[in-house]
Amino acid sequence: MKEIYLDNAATTFVDPRVKEAMDDYWHQNFGNPSSFHTAGLRALRALNESRETVAGVLNCAPEEVVFTGSGTESINMAIKGVFRANKSRGRHIITSATEHHAVLETCKYLEKHEGAELTILPVDSYGQVRPEALEKAIKKDTILVTIMYANNEIGTINRICELSAIAKKHNVLFHSDACQAGGLLEIDTKKLGVDLLTLNGSKLYGPKGVGLLYIKRGTKIHPIIHGGGQEFGLRSGTESIPLIVGFATALRLAYDCRQEECKRLAALRDKLVRGIISSIPKTFLNGHPVERLPNNANITFLDIEGEALLLHLNEHGIYASTGSACSSRSLEPSHVILALGLPYEASHGSIRFSLGRHTTEEDIDKVLEVLPGIVQKLRNISPVDIKMEGVLR
Amino acid sequence: MRGVEFKPAIYPDACALKRAKELESWFYTDVVKDHFFNPRNIFKTRKEIDDYRPDGVGIVGSPACGDLMKMWIRVDRGADRIIECKWQTFGCASAIASTSILSVIVTENGGMALNDALKLTPRDVVAHLVDLPKRKIHCSVLGTKALRAAINDYFKKSGQESRIVVEGARIIDKVMKVTDRDIEEAVLDGAVRFEDVQKRTKIGILDKSCIQEAEKLVRFYRERYFGEK
Repeated sequence: MKEIYLDNAATTFVDPRVKEAMDDYWHQNFGNPSSFHTAGLRALRALNESRETVAGVLNCAPEEVVFTGSGTESINMAIKGVFRANKSRGRHIITSATEHHAVLETCKYLEKHEGAELTILPVDSYGQVRPEALEKAIKKDTILVTIMYANNEIGTINRICELSAIAKKHNVLFHSDACQAGGLLEIDTKKLGVDLLTLNGSKLYGPKGVGLLYIKRGTKIHPIIHGGGQEFGLRSGTESIPLIVGFATALRLAYDCRQEECKRLAALRDKLVRGIISSIPKTFLNGHPVERLPNNANITFLDIEGEALLLHLNEHGIYASTGSACSSRSLEPSHVILALGLPYEASHGSIRFSLGRHTTEEDIDKVLEVLPGIVQKLRNISPVDIKMEGVLR
Repeated sequence: MRGVEFKPAIYPDACALKRAKELESWFYTDVVKDHFFNPRNIFKTRKEIDDYRPDGVGIVGSPACGDLMKMWIRVDRGADRIIECKWQTFGCASAIASTSILSVIVTENGGMALNDALKLTPRDVVAHLVDLPKRKIHCSVLGTKALRAAINDYFKKSGQESRIVVEGARIIDKVMKVTDRDIEEAVLDGAVRFEDVQKRTKIGILDKSCIQEAEKLVRFYRERYFGEK
């Protein structure tokens, strides 16, 4: 049975060209960039080249790029590092309700243990942060705004330019978690107007275990990992050259073909969404209809539960994900779906299909072929009959 | 919020590795999958439901919580046994498989005596499914509750009110009005120690006199559902 992987928002495969670029740096060129000999020098060159490649894509200076071990680590550094370096100026941090746990939990940690004051902005029914809500929330002692570029579950894109301009006007630092946007959306840091930006390798056909934090020159920030002073003193620990080379290569490749690939993905995605909504009653798209990632389709199927649907799809070799409570560890439905204002009874049946480079039209046809039968089967044994009118806003 | 709450200080806690291993058993046993993909004793069409003449109907749960179960039973009055059991479930695979196998348990071998059916526990259901991932046990508890509700409905309709079993909830914490059922739910939801239950229910914070009994109940329910002391 052919496997149809529609969970690219969770992670992507490693592009063979990326793997090839990494190959040299495991066995052949394994040196430590800090060493004073030729082997070390070769590693240092690879590191510097990678940094320049990344800086080219981000339209920033190479020294504004700090490599880390993951998107989560970059986010931790951005939030904790900025808070600790600026807390004499103020302790107020603003974020949004649909952020990744890496952001929300880090903010809550600072609130609980280091005296931060936290404002979590609500989102509208499409999942976007309203600029006026941010404007209102900024106070004299606000030091950081951290709002995601694109949401990992529903794919909604925030208007980062508008939001960062508001922060700038009030002289507040602005960080954006762009892990889901990487490879799919414009990430020119000058255009976005951000002070800090997080990206990682595992969502754009690069390796897992590597991320980066863009830090605009002049930003006050502390390291969260101390030691030998690598990465301009901001992230100690011997650099993983193969992962960094792989990440930089993957980023460059993704931006070489971004526009054509996005067009292709969006067409397939639209076919999937239209196909589902027209052939299966009581279904609807979550998130913004237009301002969304080209590869994301998050759809609610009323009267059934997401995990049950996933298991049926899995049986057909189709891999997707759900925000249902039963698939999570805390038994609460997804905070993102709830933040959209959907009633609880409609929050258990959302499925995320996230398309990728390997997704073909045949894959989409296959999903559209098996899905109606699966949904019918589950609805047939469901005692629930939720009315669409009660759910849609 | 799906994030794991930050628990400070001493690392690791005693169950850390055990929990990590449990995640491996995320995938279901063949029996669970069989009942999930081929559910037994279900209605094929809406019309079948409308035309069905049950002796008792029970419904438990709510769609807002992600689990809702409905059971229809027919009873052989002379023998006092369940002869048919139909059901519908809104919920995950564990919930669906649990209800399906429960409907088989109560109808196989000429049907289960009502008095025995009333005593069925979630643990009996899980045993028939061979096993469920631990974090999914709570998905199986509604089945036996729906069954008891259906049996009680039958008692009511057949003039046997004296046999109705009230789902007892006894107040343990007199200030916060926390019941034994609340403790049971907390344990099924994954609470392991008294402190976990306290976090969820606020038990024993003001009414300290109940702590000893509450601790005993936590152990009792851990043992009952998870076979742990």
